[in-house]
Parts: sequence; structure tokens; C-alpha cells
Amino acid sequence: MAPKLNKRLDRKRITISPDAVPDPPEAPLFTSVDDVSARLAETGYLASPAVATTVFLAARLGKPLLVEGPAGVGKTELAKAVAQVAGARLVRLQCYEGVDESRALYEWNHAKQLLRISAGRGESWDETRTDIFSEEFLLPRPLLTAIRGDEPTVLLIDETDKADVEMEGLLLEVLSDFQVTVPELGTVTATRRPFVVLTSNAGRELSEALRRRCLFLHIGFPEEELERRIVRLKVPGLGDALTESVVRVVGALRAMDLRKAPSVAETVDWARTLLALGAGTLDETVVRDTLGVILKHQDDIQKAAAKLDLDAL
Amino acid sequence: MTAVADRITGLAAALRAHGVRIGTGETVDAARAVAALGLADRERLREGLAATLLHGPGQRALFDSVFDLYFPRGVGGPEDAPRDRETLRDRLADALAADDRALLARLAAEAVDGLGGYGGAPGSDGFSAYQTLERLRPQTLLARVRAEVRGGGGDGGGFADRLLDDEIRRRIEEFRRMVGAEARRRVAERRGRDEIARRAVRPTADRVDFLYANREQLAELRRAVQPLARKLATRLAARRRRAARGTIDLRRTLRSSLSTGGVPMRPVLRRRRPVRPELVLLCDVSGSVSGFSDFTMLLVQALHDQFGKVRVFAFVNRLDEVTGLLDHGRADPDGLGARIRAEATLTGWHGSSDYGMALGEFAERYGAAVGPRTTVFVLGDARTNLSDPNLPAVRELARRARRVYWLNPEPRDRWGTGDSAAPAYAELVEMHECRTARQLSGLIAGLLPV
Repeated sequence: MAPKLNKRLDRKRITISPDAVPDPPEAPLFTSVDDVSARLAETGYLASPAVATTVFLAARLGKPLLVEGPAGVGKTELAKAVAQVAGARLVRLQCYEGVDESRALYEWNHAKQLLRISAGRGESWDETRTDIFSEEFLLPRPLLTAIRGDEPTVLLIDETDKADVEMEGLLLEVLSDFQVTVPELGTVTATRRPFVVLTSNAGRELSEALRRRCLFLHIGFPEEELERRIVRLKVPGLGDALTESVVRVVGALRAMDLRKAPSVAETVDWARTLLALGAGTLDETVVRDTLGVILKHQDDIQKAAAKLDLDAL
Repeated sequence: MTAVADRITGLAAALRAHGVRIGTGETVDAARAVAALGLADRERLREGLAATLLHGPGQRALFDSVFDLYFPRGVGGPEDAPRDRETLRDRLADALAADDRALLARLAAEAVDGLGGYGGAPGSDGFSAYQTLERLRPQTLLARVRAEVRGGGGDGGGFADRLLDDEIRRRIEEFRRMVGAEARRRVAERRGRDEIARRAVRPTADRVDFLYANREQLAELRRAVQPLARKLATRLAARRRRAARGTIDLRRTLRSSLSTGGVPMRPVLRRRRPVRPELVLLCDVSGSVSGFSDFTMLLVQALHDQFGKVRVFAFVNRLDEVTGLLDHGRADPDGLGARIRAEATLTGWHGSSDYGMALGEFAERYGAAVGPRTTVFVLGDARTNLSDPNLPAVRELARRARRVYWLNPEPRDRWGTGDSAAPAYAELVEMHECRTARQLSGLIAGLLPV
């Protein structure tokens, strides 16, 4: 409870790094949209034009990027790929129900503070107080870590929709001004803006205020051509004809009204399965036996079997 | 650059007119995005503007239509002279077989130019997507395209070939969409961009009037049920949290103050008993209002984990329980309406709706379903076909239930016209106008018990 209490005792606000945030980063992260696609491709992330354009804009405008889309289309991978491309360290905040300030922002190291107090008998209260609320006793959590660093940083706030609404309020200050206020220390402002990626599965509607501060990117299922390239990249051993068929079948399944449409991750899994089985072409037996890899609900499997004219399942 | 700035603000204004909330900050960001991206690549520009102006996936279709008007691919018609219908069909079949998007777009432009024009006098002439598609009839090309793809051989899809028909249908659908966009663009050149952007662009599904929605829009609405339910669940949870704190339990506060000499040092808050409210839905599923009822039933079913018990009854002039038909897993949303009408007994001697009969039957057969914890929603237009509205049954219902709400998909100014008994019912229970999915979600968020 120490931070809460001290908020009232001591309200001075010292800016630790007084310089304003450098508006465009020293050297731009990317020079053009093509540059983004090319460099992401080197790390093994094939970006659609929409993804490349938005990543470029996020880096150029210095705004956080809110990525939504179904599970398994590569939202988290995108952040990792950007970090790798930029040679930046990746700071990840995994959200869950009940994640709070002390897990996301910072926490005081109580045990160490107590040790310090008992070690320094005979000091005046003022000395002790200023001492135990110094950086030495601060445990930075992901948000503060990302903001304090001098090196290039990619901050990934994963599954934002899982966090409670209160958490969004916390994110607002961090995302709009890239600063964090620690009542006992003052306001910590980023010397170097991190590249922020928030992901969401739309499990809960995020607040309008949070959306407003971000560039919005919806990653849907990829176009056939792009998906073929992804499969070829991830499962190089699969023949061209089979890759083509796999992508077409998955495309047809997505057009159906299923409870859980197969995602890119499932396509790749399926391709790997087919490779492991040594299947040369798709036929009814192979598809029937492996449908469980791409569809996760029994009624989906039945629907798909009817659609694909598989004999009795 | 000012011309571009005008385009951007025009685009933002058109989106706002369709209910997308865009602030000045977003418009400025959009302009910065345009400056960073340049105008050379249209698709990049589209993505850049979408990223800065939009906040959710639901607005994307609307955005794309408006974007095509404000940043058109070109101006005027295609340069080469329009060809006759047969040549166009030949080329279209080839393009569909090859799945060549660029060629399809060019053909759409030529088709609208050659076949879609109507009217001679300036001011009353224009281009019609409907007329273009009527004359070109791309859907009849299916067999031909299939033969062409199969004949082309090489492909050797084998197993995947059985999907070919669907794929071609999707390509044709895409072509129809292109023709629509092209016709809008040509008309906008004549009539002014802003006006067309406001009137001719399809609104987002949640702003379509239930009573006038077509099949396609209703299907789109059904797909929106799950996201909408999630949104509502968030709001209900927030309301529940707010409702759970704040009220002081005076008796227990005084009791605990005895330990501090009668000074109430620590207020004791009332503990909320976590009672899940019960919900009963009475839905008119006859002809015109069935789209509204189906949507609402699905929405309430999607919200079922928010309630202790949900029971759904459907009626036309007789009433039957359909809760079982809405079960999870079984609920194939597309066929829901048809299934309800097939499996439940909803009509007696005639097929038109009769509120008096149905409400009376409810009170008689299912009266026990309504108790002091139950909130009842009646969905329907209150058009009784001139039979007795059976007000005592409603009065009895209102007396027994915790709350009764009536959601009417008709505009308020038409209540009471013709055979509508809406004003009579509205005196007994709270009646709300509920014409669009947006209104419905607002009402549900506000009215549902927590």
C-alpha cells in the first residue's frame, strides 16, 4: 500500500528526462512500405500490403498499433518480426483478467525497503523516506521498462481484450504521452518512443478512447496467393500442386458458416501433417483422416464433410 | 496539397454522415499518413487512410465504398469504344477463368460505360449497376467458366476441383461488387460526390431498418450477432459492477458502530445477492417483422450466460415455446426462421398475426413462466389485424412480471395508424421504438436487468 499512501504525502513531480520526446526517431525505422515488406520477409513474416502499409505508418507517425483479427493469423508474430527487423528488444506485457498496476507498471520492493529501514537505525525519518523511494527499490514492470530504456524497444501488449476496463485507463497515459507517473519519483518520460503493438481477439469491446490513440489494423485471413507463399515458406517440402489444393480447400471452408473458421496457423499445421503422412495429392481418405487438424468442433467437421462430398464419416 | 486536404476532409465528413465517429485528430493523422505514403499507390493510400480513420472492423465495407468515390481509380469512361454485349461476355468469361482482378475491374468499367447508361437529357441521365448486370448476366457464365478452367487442364486440382463452382461464384460476386462501385463512381461524377456518398453508399448493417432489410443485409446482421453480444456483455458487466457497490446497509453499519462507541467509523455496504435475472421473450414471427424477431432471438440466445434462465416463445396467432430450437450448437442462424415456422405450432385457422389470441394463450398455458424475478420482452409491431387486442392479458402480465418491455420495429409516428394497437398497449407496458440493430443494442444495454 506504500505507493497509494505516499501519493498523498508527497506530490512533487520531477521529470527525470526533461528533454521533449524526439518527434521522429533519430534514424527512421523504415524508409518505405516496400522496405517494410522486404525486411519483414527476411525474418520469415510475409506481410500483406495492408500490414506493411500500417506498420510503416505506425513507425512514421509514432503511434501505437492496435491489431485485431481472429486467432492464429499472426498478430503476435508481427510484433516479434518488427522487433527482430529493428534490432530492438521486445518487451511483452501479457494481459489477463485481473492484471493490474503492480503487474503492468511498477511495484516497490517492500522486502528490500524494510531491510533498508532496519539497517539504517539512527537516521532521521526524512533521510530514510527519500532513500527508500528511490530507483534502487523500484521494480519496473513491462510498461515502465519499455519507456525507460534508451535502446530501441518494441512493446507488445498482448491480448488487451483480456484485461479489465481499469487497465485501459492506465494504458491511456502510457500510449498517448509515452510517460508514466510514479508519485514518489515523478513523471518518467520516454527518451525514445517504443514501437507499441497491442493485440486483441475482440473478446471484449475495447474502449473508444483507447482505439482513438492507435492506428487500427485488422488482419483477416490472407488472400490465396499470400497464403500459398506462407505455406511454401513454412513447409518447403510440400509440392506445389498439393500446396495449391490445401489453400483452396481452406479457402472454401472459410467461406462456410463455421463455428471456428480455420486460420493460417491451421493451414500450416495441415500442410505439415500432410507432409508427415507423405501424401502426394489430396483425396477423400486423406482429407477425412486429417480434417481434425483444421477444424476443432465436431459439428464443423460434419458440415465440412457434407460440403466436400466426403462419404459417410 | 489543398486539393488533397479537401478530399480527406470530404471523406471524413462522408464517413461521419454514416455514423463513424471521426475526430479532428484522426483527420490530421490521415493527412500525415497521406504525406508519408504519397499518392502514387492507391491501395496503400486506402490502407493508410483506413488505419488512421477507422477504429473497428465493422466499418471497413462502408469505408471502401466511400473511398472509391473520393479517390477514384480514374475519371470518365474507358477510352476504347464500348463493345457489344457478346464480346464483353466472352472477355468476362476469360477473365473469370483466369481470376484476373485487374482485368475484371477494367471490364466492369467498360460494362457500365457500354450497358449501364440511361436517360438522354443532361441532369436526368446516369449509370445503373442493376441495368448493367441485367444485360450482362454474369451469373449465367458459370458453366462456361467451369468448362474453360477444366479444359485449360494443367491445373490438376484433383480433389480441390469440387470446390470450383463455389470459387467461380465468389469471383462473379466480386465482379458484381465492382460493377456497383463503378456505377456509383460514374454517377458521382455527374451529381456531385458528397451527395452520392451520403445517399447511394450502403449504410453499415447496424443502421439498416429491420422492416426494410433485404436478405443479404439480414444475413450480415446475423453474422454480427456474436460481436454485438460480446459488446453488450461487457456493458452489462460494467453495469453490474456499478450496481454492486455504493448502497449503505444502515442496520449493519449501526451494529458495527457499537464497537467504536456508537460512532459509525466504518460504513458497511450492502452485499448484493448474486441473483441472475430471468428473461422471457415473446416474439411475433409473422411475415414483415420476422427479420427483427429472428435477430433479437439470436442476440438474446448469444447473451444467455448473462441470465439465470431464458425462455423464448414465438407466435403468429397461436403461441409455442421455441427455447429448444435456439440451443447452442443447433442454432444454424440462417435457417432459424424457417425452422421455427416448421417445428412450432404458430398458426390456427388463418395465417395472419393476432396479438390478442397469442397473448391470451401465453397467459393460459405458460403463465407460470412469469414470476417476480422475470423481465418480459414483447417483440412485434402490435398490428392486430383488427381483432381484439386482449388488454386484460397484458395487464395481468405486467402485474406478475418484474418489468415488461415492448420493442416495436415500426417508427413511432406510425404507431396507432391502421390496425396498430400500439398506443393501447403502450399505456400498459413500456413501449420502445426499435428500428435498427444499433437502437436495439442501445435498448438492450439499458433495459436488461442486472
